[in-house]
Amino acid sequence: MNSDRLFTRFAIGINAAWLTLFALVPIILILIVSFLKPDPNFFVLMHFSPRSYLTLINPIYLKVFARSLLLALITAGCCLCIGYPFAFILAQLKTRFKPLLLLLVIIPFWTSSLLRSYAMVILLEAHGILNSFLLRWHIISQPLHLLYTNTAVLIGLVYCLLPFMILPLYANIEKLDLRLIEAARDLGASHLQAFGKVIIPLTLPGIISGTVLVLLPAMTLFYIPDLLGGAKSLLLGNLIQMQFLYTGNWPQGSAVSIALTVLMSLLLLLYLRLIPKAQRSQPL
Amino acid sequence: MNDDIIKIQGLSKHYHGQKVLDNIDLNIVRGEFLTLLGPSGCGKTTLLRLISGFENPDSGTVIINGHDVAGIPPHQRHVNTVFQSFALFPHLNVFENIAFGLRCQNISTPEINSRVREALRMVKLSELSQRKPHQLSGGQQQRVAIARAVVNQPLVLLLDEPLSSLDYGLRKNMQIELKQLQRQLGITFIFVTHDQEEALSMSDRIAVVQAGRIEQIGAPREIYEEPINLRVAQFIGQVNIFDTDIIEINDKALKVRIEGRELDLENRRGFRADQHIYTLIRPEDIKVWDETEVTDTHNMLPATVEQVIYKGSTVDLMIRLPSGRLIAATEFFDEDDDTLDYERGEKVWVEWYPGWEVLLPHE
Ligand SMILES: Nc1ncnc2c1ncn2[C@@H]1O[C@H](COP(=O)(O)OP(=O)(O)OP(=O)(O)O)[C@@H](O)[C@H]1O
Ligand SMILES: [Mg+2]
Repeated sequence: MNSDRLFTRFAIGINAAWLTLFALVPIILILIVSFLKPDPNFFVLMHFSPRSYLTLINPIYLKVFARSLLLALITAGCCLCIGYPFAFILAQLKTRFKPLLLLLVIIPFWTSSLLRSYAMVILLEAHGILNSFLLRWHIISQPLHLLYTNTAVLIGLVYCLLPFMILPLYANIEKLDLRLIEAARDLGASHLQAFGKVIIPLTLPGIISGTVLVLLPAMTLFYIPDLLGGAKSLLLGNLIQMQFLYTGNWPQGSAVSIALTVLMSLLLLLYLRLIPKAQRSQPL
Repeated sequence: MNDDIIKIQGLSKHYHGQKVLDNIDLNIVRGEFLTLLGPSGCGKTTLLRLISGFENPDSGTVIINGHDVAGIPPHQRHVNTVFQSFALFPHLNVFENIAFGLRCQNISTPEINSRVREALRMVKLSELSQRKPHQLSGGQQQRVAIARAVVNQPLVLLLDEPLSSLDYGLRKNMQIELKQLQRQLGITFIFVTHDQEEALSMSDRIAVVQAGRIEQIGAPREIYEEPINLRVAQFIGQVNIFDTDIIEINDKALKVRIEGRELDLENRRGFRADQHIYTLIRPEDIKVWDETEVTDTHNMLPATVEQVIYKGSTVDLMIRLPSGRLIAATEFFDEDDDTLDYERGEKVWVEWYPGWEVLLPHE
């Protein structure tokens, strides 16, 4: 009893320390830096200044932001369209290979996504694997121009982020009580009606979690637009990266990061508002 | 008869080579309360699923209201089910749960509202219409499940052990309410249970299902008093079974040997001499006399009281016959005989009301 409580406290303590050290402290540091002045020689000048935030209203920033958001939304949409049926089928499978299939979804996490992005380059190149394949089977007569286009960035993002959509969806759909679908059908619902009136509302938490999990990285993953989109495709992530690494304007980079964090927090808050508590943790 | 709402002919179903339903024939009369009674795993749920369209038969036909429903999906069969697990939609409140079926059809909102309100009134849940299912008690959830089904005015309502998850008291109440509801609505009910008491008290007719076959179908009283074979007799209520040899026989009477004694019984089934038969007698049909109370022991069996269980309105006795067999007897308190004080080890004589026994041939 007593040692149990001790362990609980210990575990909570470790977690709290971890989060403080690696999540809270960095955010506070970034927040502080974002209100300082840039100094090309010594990273930052210790002078308070809201200038970095005022710059954010600059149309160029807004444009990059809008572009990033649009691309992230399209990415999330694509991930949802691919991930939902995938997660659904996976969750309903009754074979003993189910854990193996789930593992296949997770395995890509084990390799650096940077490496996987390079792999995508090889795949999408003018003389890459995809084009050779399509040419060989006479599906196309000219190599497709994929690499260094927005399509390539989209493909790369979807490829990289799909597991973030599938896993929460899978967790949600697996809990779905199939008898409810039968009940809907019994009460006169067509397949489509059962899907719209029962399955979608009951898997909404998974859909939203997946979307949020895909949206955020989709806006900030800088190396995918870098590698696959070439110089043309400047997104929010690249912007932040540039501010830190090339222009050396840390306060500006920090301000963009903070703005993004605030936006995502607002989205999460909206999610908690929209989905009533009872539905987030479905009681039987 | 044209008044059969459902006709089932030669229905069979296998799962993985195992026969679950074996050549079922069943006609269900419009407006009746039919109970499928049988032990766990005998195929009751499977039969309901074949009627509601969630499974397809391997052979045989289901005709609902004059139409062969082969290939017709569940949502077009005008049959609704009350599931054992209730299967209420957790994301919808009581009102919307009940309105679900109506909203799937093109019914105007005012009509939906009035029909749902009527259904709510019927199951006495008007006050709770805005609650979510998880905020309801088991009995209330049960009522929502029933209202959700009947609001669609189905041709037939299928109820798959709808009461089995309720506690005893609630269950008794719901039995009465369900029965009332069925009379009031006039909808045909097909009710599944493995509780024989429930089946006997609620049904117009009972179909006794065993190992995928319908053993007997008839009014509760018929099933209880005239079981057509040992399996039915043993499944419904307690019964004492005696191996019986026929000694002498004529049109009206039988002279038989039971437990080494000669008894006179009525000949109702046209048995042959020298036939081995079973004599079945229910505990409550057995009379137990104190040795001192009897003078004429003709048609009686001697015995010793082994156990006395006082049950309030009855006394249950376990009685040992000279052969060593134990039989059960239930004695009722009544005005003439309010003592009923049996003691363990007491010598008694056992008889039953002539003609109350059931005679069955060996199979
Ligand atoms: N989908 C299925 N796949 C394989 N076997 C099944 C399936 N459904 C039922 N069975 C088998 O069919 C038999 C009858 O099942 P059914 O569910 O109809 O029984 P039941 O009479 O409703 O029993 P209970 O009273 O326990 O609910 C059982 O032996 C069961 O194992
Ligand atoms: Mg069942």
